[in-house]
Amino acid sequence: MKTALTQARRSALTLLAFAVVASAILASTYWLTRDTVLANEHAAKLALLQQVLPSDYDNQPLSDTVALSPVEAKRLGHDQPAVIHLARRQGQVVAYAFETVAPNGYSGKIRLLLGVDAQGQLLGVRVVSHKETPGLGDYIDLAKSDWAQQFTGQSWQGPAAAVGYWKVKKDGGAFDYMTGATISARAVTSCVGRAVAWLDEWKQKANR
Amino acid sequence: MSSVYREIAHNGLWKQNAGLAQLLGLCPVLAVSSTVVNGLGLGLATTLVTALSGAAVAAVRHLVPNEIRNPVFILIIAALVTVVDLSMNAWAHDLYNVLGIFIPLIVTNCIVLARAEAFASKHPVREAAWDGLMMGLGLTGVLIALGALREVCGRGTLFAGLDMLFGPAAKTWVWHLVPAEWNYQFLLALLPPGAFLGLALLIAGKNLLDERARQRALRQKTVTQEVSA
Repeated sequence: MKTALTQARRSALTLLAFAVVASAILASTYWLTRDTVLANEHAAKLALLQQVLPSDYDNQPLSDTVALSPVEAKRLGHDQPAVIHLARRQGQVVAYAFETVAPNGYSGKIRLLLGVDAQGQLLGVRVVSHKETPGLGDYIDLAKSDWAQQFTGQSWQGPAAAVGYWKVKKDGGAFDYMTGATISARAVTSCVGRAVAWLDEWKQKANR
Repeated sequence: MSSVYREIAHNGLWKQNAGLAQLLGLCPVLAVSSTVVNGLGLGLATTLVTALSGAAVAAVRHLVPNEIRNPVFILIIAALVTVVDLSMNAWAHDLYNVLGIFIPLIVTNCIVLARAEAFASKHPVREAAWDGLMMGLGLTGVLIALGALREVCGRGTLFAGLDMLFGPAAKTWVWHLVPAEWNYQFLLALLPPGAFLGLALLIAGKNLLDERARQRALRQKTVTQEVSA
């Protein structure tokens, strides 16, 4: 009885020691890498913003932002506070960039970054993060295929204001998709449509 | 000494191959092997983790009481994978963007724990690291073969997307076995059933080769016996 207890205590202490050492290693790695990771993310974010903005702005869009109200953020699919980035030339807003979330991807949320110019035309759509099937649904990512390019130049005007426009062709809409992975394309397309409509409304309401 | 390492290499790459003989870690193998580049990416990330975890487990094998060795190994492997994940995110960010999605998958890969339990807990550090490396490379080979099979059958291309691993220069390495403008696609090969069928074909191929080698050895043995008789 006593030996069993001693053994159990020895095992528990060993396990505890390993857990403490492992936690210490994890904590120090996190602490060592945190700044570099943040800098990488900042640089990546700036590079991403530049992809959906025109090249002729003269401000810092990464810090020139307008905070959205919780209701507005929720309409864009965010469950956290969100901002909209402004690109200006000589003080005049030339383009907007903002993130929106498609909740109905094949395996979870798809985060998108949209760039829209002052006239309401889409400058670009980029997938920021997604969990779609590698090799199948991930063609929505520009790194895998140029599927997302078809949104460039679209706007919430003319035929695009109709209800059925922002859908894939299979559902009677205007946008291409790939056979076998319709769900990813469907989620992104309707989300972009909603976001463009939202921006039009937001600009009128905020009088920008 | 070197024959030990040769034996380990032969075990990892062929005889006890993780994907074809031990059939371990099939979840990521079946899920990610739709193209060569995906297979190569997951294979390399797994190799790194199996080699490191083999060395780490072997280094502490005398300190761990037998009855709690599995929780300790799981702790070591999970901590190691997280360290690799964080370090790659910080210091090899471009590679992380490509392999990042595969790294959390490795924790679920039972090949890592299986080698820790079956090999690393009973052997010195260098042999254990070598075993992890060879097991990982063996798995990488299977992933590349399965990825190539599914990519050729499913899309008619080979080596598409290698620029994600090797930079923009690799964009031209794609082979189009079917002209690109035909838009060829064979979904069965791309979807999970294709992975099962492809893996079954590879296992059958390995068994066929092994059987032939056995027959040849048997024939040679009888020939030498007849000669000596």
